[in-house]
Amino acid sequence: MKWLLFALIVAMVAIHQDFWWWKDSRLVLGILPVGLAYHVFYALLCSAMMWLLVKTAWPKELDELAPPAPKNPGD
Amino acid sequence: MVPALVVFGYLAIVLYIGIFAFRRGKTSGEDFFLASRSLGPYIFLLSLFGTNMTAFAILGSSGLSYKIGIGVFGLMASSSCFVIPVTIFFIGTRLWGLGKKFGHMTQVQYFRDRWECSEIGTVIFVLTAAMLVPYLIIGTMGGGETLSSISTYTDAGGQTRHWVSYEAGAGLVAVVVMSYVFFGGMRGTAWVNTFQTTLFLCFGAIAFFLISQKLGGFGKIMTEMQNDPKSSVLLTRARIPTEEFFSYMFIPLSSIMFPHIAIMCMTAERVTHFKKTVIFYPLCIAAIWLPAVYIGTIGAHEFPGLKPGDTDDIIPRMLREYTGPLVSGILGAGIMACVMASDSQILALCTMFTEDVFAYYGGKDRFGEKAQVWTGRFFIVLVTVVAYVIALALKDKEGIFGLAIRFAFSGFAAMAPVMLAALFWKRSTKYGALASTLWVMGTVAFTGWLHMATEGLAKPGQPPVVIYESLGNLFLRTPVNVTMYGFLPVMPMCIGSAILMAVVSLLTRPPSRATLDKYFPPRKEPGVPAAVSQAVPAATPDGVKAG
Repeated sequence: MKWLLFALIVAMVAIHQDFWWWKDSRLVLGILPVGLAYHVFYALLCSAMMWLLVKTAWPKELDELAPPAPKNPGD
Repeated sequence: MVPALVVFGYLAIVLYIGIFAFRRGKTSGEDFFLASRSLGPYIFLLSLFGTNMTAFAILGSSGLSYKIGIGVFGLMASSSCFVIPVTIFFIGTRLWGLGKKFGHMTQVQYFRDRWECSEIGTVIFVLTAAMLVPYLIIGTMGGGETLSSISTYTDAGGQTRHWVSYEAGAGLVAVVVMSYVFFGGMRGTAWVNTFQTTLFLCFGAIAFFLISQKLGGFGKIMTEMQNDPKSSVLLTRARIPTEEFFSYMFIPLSSIMFPHIAIMCMTAERVTHFKKTVIFYPLCIAAIWLPAVYIGTIGAHEFPGLKPGDTDDIIPRMLREYTGPLVSGILGAGIMACVMASDSQILALCTMFTEDVFAYYGGKDRFGEKAQVWTGRFFIVLVTVVAYVIALALKDKEGIFGLAIRFAFSGFAAMAPVMLAALFWKRSTKYGALASTLWVMGTVAFTGWLHMATEGLAKPGQPPVVIYESLGNLFLRTPVNVTMYGFLPVMPMCIGSAILMAVVSLLTRPPSRATLDKYFPPRKEPGVPAAVSQAVPAATPDGVKAG
């Protein structure tokens, strides 16, 4: 699992370099240039990737570390 | 005048939040500097995000999009969408754990204890503080510029004037920031950042749609730009070299190495608060940067031919032109919120000074914790006054501080291998850390000097110019950057830092067994990661020096 996650992280770095649309000015849905639309999608993918990391690689040993400090209202 | 009044109202609100936080605070150092490590999940997410959002995220990114187009989003925003949450996930959570376990408040406290080093910790402190100072000056300058910009009017004679001068604006913003940091400490700063981030996320989207409606809709503008040969290039990344685009992936490594971000990571009440933070962080970045980049690109079509110094003003200009004074004022307040991100940097500098210098060299033991907090408050006033005086004296030299920030980003990014080695590599040593730190100092100074020495060498639209013929393409000059074989200096700086950390550590003696057992305790059961794996009660900050 660890190696799969590592491979996914490397893949995320790789797919950030979308050279194939470098000089393409086509519009997606008539409003977003394709190069921008791709990176907006990439941002959503990053959120999904982080969800996956939280679900599969969370440092569980930290969960129980130290009792919470007395809380201030508003915190 | 209306936008300026809205901003004044906004400044009054943040001042009140700071004073309110003061009334809720305690007198301990941990409460003032870290809000007693008690921030809840949403305050933690929004304040951590707000801390990372500087004036550049709004004004600088739109100004850059004006010049090079939509590629700015991929260049800076989407790379941050990935790298920053990943570093918070792997490094931020561990820093939080170390803070809970051993009472650390700063990175240098941890390095000193982890590698049994005193002076080397001081060297890292000096480098970190030096790279942070330009942000405070730019923040003060940005306050003056934003307030004078949104209070612009034309008098009867057709002259452009300002209700609020640069000097008064910078002074007012400096006093407000200083006040809520002075009184509220970390709690006040976190609450203000939460308020600011919420404001900007909401009203940024509203402004985005209002501007678009006024221009006849996104589709109409984009089609016009696509059909105009001068503007269509801005809908592509033709103006960004692929090597530079790749190199920018290294820049967000700086985020977790910024002292204010690392310190903020220690304020969460529970480690589980990081879960929402890392998942929502990319969405928050996209929500702020997409409108900024989009408006900047559209601005190039609507207001062509702005001078380089005026391009960062494109969002306030569009707001003045296409929205009413009230919306313009509220957005002005939002922009002010980003400019005022210097609050957490001032607090971080103050925390570093009181913990890494005052307390470490015996001040806390001699004068007590209360004196430490008041020393921190005095330091906040001192830093603010110095930043204001410099902002006035060197008003026309803003470019130098802007440049310093660019190189500081690279410097902090190149320090990331030091943190990674400290956390995850048992065999790393203080001399490895020293070698990396000296490398970062040297390369920041050298590339900064090379940048200034070759200013104007390359002309826009022309290929990069070779700086030293005998070295071939090693050092190239583009109109904007110095590059190495086309890549930004941050890339070799990070790689060099990692290599030095590894090689010098292997050649030198590791810390004592006691220290290694403290930070890499023997595993309780197979599969449990070693570092910070033992659940023990929270220690006081004094515990830092016990090891």
